Amino acid sequence: MDTYSFLRQLADSWVLLAMFVFFVAVILWAFRPGGSATYDSIANIPLRDDKPLGDTRSTTEKGATDD
Amino acid sequence: MEYTKLIVLGLVALVAAMGTNFAHDIAYQVHAALIFVVAAGMFVWVLRGIDEPREVQDVSGYSDGVIRAGVIATAFWGLAGFLVGTFIAFQLAFPELNFDWGQPYTNFGRLRPLHTSAVIFAFGGNALICTSFYVVQRTSAARLFGGNLAWFVFWGYQLFIVLAATGYLLGATQSKEYAEPEWYVDIWLTIVWVSYLVVFLGTIFRRREKHIYVANWFYLSFIITVAMLHIVNNLSIPVSFWGSKSVQVFSGVQDAMTQWWYGHNAVGFFLTAGFLGMMYYFVPKQAERPIYSYKLSIIHFWALIFLYIWAGPHHLHYTALPDWAATLGMVFSIVLWMPSWGGMINGLMTLQGAWDKLRTDPIMRMFVISLGFYGMSTFEGPMMSIRAVNSLSHYTDWTIGHVHSGALGWNGMITFGALYFLTPRLWGRAQMHSMSAINWHFWLATIGIVLYASSMWVTGIMEGLMWREVDDQGFLVNTFADTVAAKFPMYVVRGLGGVLYLAGGIIMCWNMWMTIRGGAKRSAPVGVPAE
Repeated sequence: MDTYSFLRQLADSWVLLAMFVFFVAVILWAFRPGGSATYDSIANIPLRDDKPLGDTRSTTEKGATDD
Repeated sequence: MEYTKLIVLGLVALVAAMGTNFAHDIAYQVHAALIFVVAAGMFVWVLRGIDEPREVQDVSGYSDGVIRAGVIATAFWGLAGFLVGTFIAFQLAFPELNFDWGQPYTNFGRLRPLHTSAVIFAFGGNALICTSFYVVQRTSAARLFGGNLAWFVFWGYQLFIVLAATGYLLGATQSKEYAEPEWYVDIWLTIVWVSYLVVFLGTIFRRREKHIYVANWFYLSFIITVAMLHIVNNLSIPVSFWGSKSVQVFSGVQDAMTQWWYGHNAVGFFLTAGFLGMMYYFVPKQAERPIYSYKLSIIHFWALIFLYIWAGPHHLHYTALPDWAATLGMVFSIVLWMPSWGGMINGLMTLQGAWDKLRTDPIMRMFVISLGFYGMSTFEGPMMSIRAVNSLSHYTDWTIGHVHSGALGWNGMITFGALYFLTPRLWGRAQMHSMSAINWHFWLATIGIVLYASSMWVTGIMEGLMWREVDDQGFLVNTFADTVAAKFPMYVVRGLGGVLYLAGGIIMCWNMWMTIRGGAKRSAPVGVPAE
């Protein structure tokens, strides 16, 4: 079988199925029980970011970036 | 490290100097000279700093210097792009503006890619890079990864823009829409883009938040997909190392399909996914409430990236492309309507319980109208991708109007909102210098878009109908020149719309300038509620 026909058959069978299953799984995962609390916390990330970076990390960060 | 830099810069300067000498065409020669000047200048600069005591950088806070530079670059390239766009709009209405003395450098054909690249890649790209650096640091609670690599991304990207823009004027183009730059500019952009990915991913890797906020998902998909699109669509072999001309690896309909796979996903991932990253951060920020539904944002993300990648073939209806491929593109384009509107609703409903901000906060108004235009153009787009509609709309000004309602309305407005959000924060001011100037900008831009989009609807549909009109003998009624003559009034209206939009941009730049220079002028936003 030439490359084109092989890829074409693979694309419209197993790869199509794999992508579709992945997509549906992601949607179902988003609606899993108990997810809402996590999502509420993630959704608030932008609203609690205004404080400047804490001093705790600053010692380890030196040297890592200073180049 | 310093010595390696010297060797690399020296070699680059040497090759560029040879390029200036051996160049086969003027664009390559000018670019080689430019690269020589940059590389030689940096060589001297690094050499002078060698063995000098290093300045100790303060790395305890967020890395905001590069974002400040990005904000200024965004505003600058925005003005340049709007100005060129307005000029070429009048060139179409008044062909005398293709001045004889400026030929061939200033004719419409060379200025048009200058305009599209300036607004999409220079204005939009700088907006995406600087906001992504801002957002990823704040939502990861981590400093940018890679130290000065972010500065390399910034300056490298500016160099790419300058090379691309001067190349168009001097006649170097590979004639692919939104991918006009020739091979060496493409290679340079690849290097810059991979560095961008390293900075962004590195920052995410050292985040102190447990989860990756949805805005970063959108930004990341934008960076990765654009890298993939850019590399595949620009597979070409240079005719000579000392010339700008290159030959595409693909040919015929394969080349066309690759081009529009690239072209439509440039819209989908550059102008949509990246800007949705901005939306998911700045809208909640400005509204001071979390996004309406985080679940919806997850579904929005996966649905958008799973569907968008297939929509390209709708650019090739009624061509040599097989019907099944065109139909596939059409179907995916129509399905794409749903996640697009899901995202729009998610953004708009974030204002639930805070709709009064629409009256009091001109920056919020910018965000809301940009979401409105996002919804409008993501409805119009799927409709135009339907084969029957496309037979009327394709090759007409309707397409131009559609692109501009998306670009000016969605991308432009959300960028203006983000710039108004960022400028006071990055320069430590209480707020923008003048709130009423933001209002002026809002209305000038909105009326400008309305003039633009409506005149293009009228002229596009008129033109499409005139092209297909046949008499009772089956002969075409109109010549092409008839349609051009009939479009004149609409072209003038479109140009005026551009003038209004440009005027809004000038007001914004003045406002940003005054904010950066001094403190806030007023304490309260205009239009305070009456109660």
